[in-house]
Amino acid sequence: MGYPNQPHQRETTVLSRYFGDTEARSLDGWKKRGGYKALEKALGMAPADIVNVVKESGLRGRGGAGFPTGMKWSFMKPGDGKPHYLCCNADESEPGTFKDRELMRWTPHALVEGCAIGAYAIGAETTYVYIRGEFTEPLYWMEQAVKEAYAAGIIGKNAMGSGKRIDVHVHKGAGAYICGEETALMESLEGRRGNPRIKPPFPAVSGVFGMPTTINNVETLIAAAPILMKGAEWYKKMSLSNPKSTGTKLFSVCGNVQRPGTYEVVMGFPFKEFLYDLCGGPPHGRKFKAVIPGGASVPIQTIEEAEATLMDYEGFVAQGSMLGSGGVIVIDDGQSMVSVIARIARFFAHESCAQCTQCREGTAWTTKIMERIRDGQGTIEDLDTLLDIAEQMTGKTICVLSDSCAVPVVSGIKKFRSEFEALIQGRRFHPVIAAVA
Amino acid sequence: MTPDLVGGLESPDYASHDRAAHEPYVPVFTGEVKRELDELLTRYPTKMAALLPALWIVQRVRGWVSEEGMVEVADLLDLTPAYVKGVVTFYTMYHQHPVGKYFIQVCTTSPCGICGAEDVVKAFLRHTNAGELGITSPDGRFTVIEVECLGACGFATPVMVNEEFIESVTPEKVPDLLARLA
Repeated sequence: MGYPNQPHQRETTVLSRYFGDTEARSLDGWKKRGGYKALEKALGMAPADIVNVVKESGLRGRGGAGFPTGMKWSFMKPGDGKPHYLCCNADESEPGTFKDRELMRWTPHALVEGCAIGAYAIGAETTYVYIRGEFTEPLYWMEQAVKEAYAAGIIGKNAMGSGKRIDVHVHKGAGAYICGEETALMESLEGRRGNPRIKPPFPAVSGVFGMPTTINNVETLIAAAPILMKGAEWYKKMSLSNPKSTGTKLFSVCGNVQRPGTYEVVMGFPFKEFLYDLCGGPPHGRKFKAVIPGGASVPIQTIEEAEATLMDYEGFVAQGSMLGSGGVIVIDDGQSMVSVIARIARFFAHESCAQCTQCREGTAWTTKIMERIRDGQGTIEDLDTLLDIAEQMTGKTICVLSDSCAVPVVSGIKKFRSEFEALIQGRRFHPVIAAVA
Repeated sequence: MTPDLVGGLESPDYASHDRAAHEPYVPVFTGEVKRELDELLTRYPTKMAALLPALWIVQRVRGWVSEEGMVEVADLLDLTPAYVKGVVTFYTMYHQHPVGKYFIQVCTTSPCGICGAEDVVKAFLRHTNAGELGITSPDGRFTVIEVECLGACGFATPVMVNEEFIESVTPEKVPDLLARLA
């Protein structure tokens, strides 16, 4: 974890090793810690070999979808005569997720290095790091790091003396959750409203400025450097569960928990131990009730499901949810699930780009009905209406924001129906009274 | 028209908006600022791609993005003013009217919500005398708004004051925090 607390002994700190270490932010400090060695090594390799190492390592996208990174990179065909682009998705806005923020504010050079490696591997000369506008601190450190790297000739028209041109530009977003969706991000980067595009064509065929583009999450790109240095075998071995999920993953933990923060564990780590041991368990005198393990848009887990989970892509699916972005929102027995879900619905209603009718209307209706139930004005038919709206919102829109709003509602009604019914039948939500120490 | 709205029209917020509209527009992009934009344009293959950064510059210099500012940006980037306005209104962080000297954004999305963010909002509204979300305080110093997920959920409740990011704010910390803002 590193910041604000010391890492827990059960953590495996590969990417988060220098969190809290202010010297790692400068170029000198980063080089002293072994920085830019991986880029130097990469520039001496053939791009196809880098792609193969990453493929072999089993690294999968850390932004939410979990697509194999090496395969994504291999979609970029060399020698097609078109400029290629790499976009780094640093528009981290999924509620509960703040791992990329920590990566950028503590180890900005790690991302510059990761971007340069990725750009070289896919034959791109230009990388845009799209950082959300609210991240003033990460923006500051990233801009400093890019400036330092240019001045030292690490990036620029002759990156590290390799004769290759690698430009990295920081692009500041302006407040829109939807711009974390890859096609909306490209629209926004081009100077448009952040409305997602219909796929296909996929970005690798026609991405930003109509050219072949790869979009990777911050954590994914940063992971490329240690993989190149230590090898695919080393990365593949870091798995406690199954060979489809390899390496370490950053989980950002928030909500009703003793020690919120960012934790790095090996894939397949037991979620029960993670929640009670690493994160310190529930606040004093309370009990965990539910967990949203991958940011607000994944299904809600009951605490029983969570305790049985192994933390990897397949493990979360097996226990009724998804790994998503690794933003763990922990909810204790002092919270009303209806209130929590109503607030999540409001978030999606606010952030809908309003392009598709199902999403524009569906998120607003869902919010109105959820808030009506929360305020004790709901009817039992409202539950069916919510499920019906959710069905109309799923799989019918250009992007998955609409689905993301439906998911917590459906899983919430399924797993916590008694709380909905109690409010509808006029019983106020009574939080379990905590034993005060 | 409700009495509330009549009161709103007389507030200092609207008065400054009105005054700004009657003064001749002074361009933002001259000298050093123009050179900054020229450098930005070299980063992208199209002029349009510099739109978001250009609007950020307008807001940095003027404190908000006026319609005249949108027209100036449109001229520089070969876009229509209507197009630029379409983009400005899509994003939440561009101010389309003047705001208080200190623009305070409090995150109230679910993770912060379950950690008591509502009480932090109430404390800000009370101690700044703004009284209502989005309305600038009578002394013109503070505008408080709720914001959707600032991406610092583990440090509930995060608050942004202009460009400054403050973590782990509780209602008790609000008076001291405001006193620090001269």
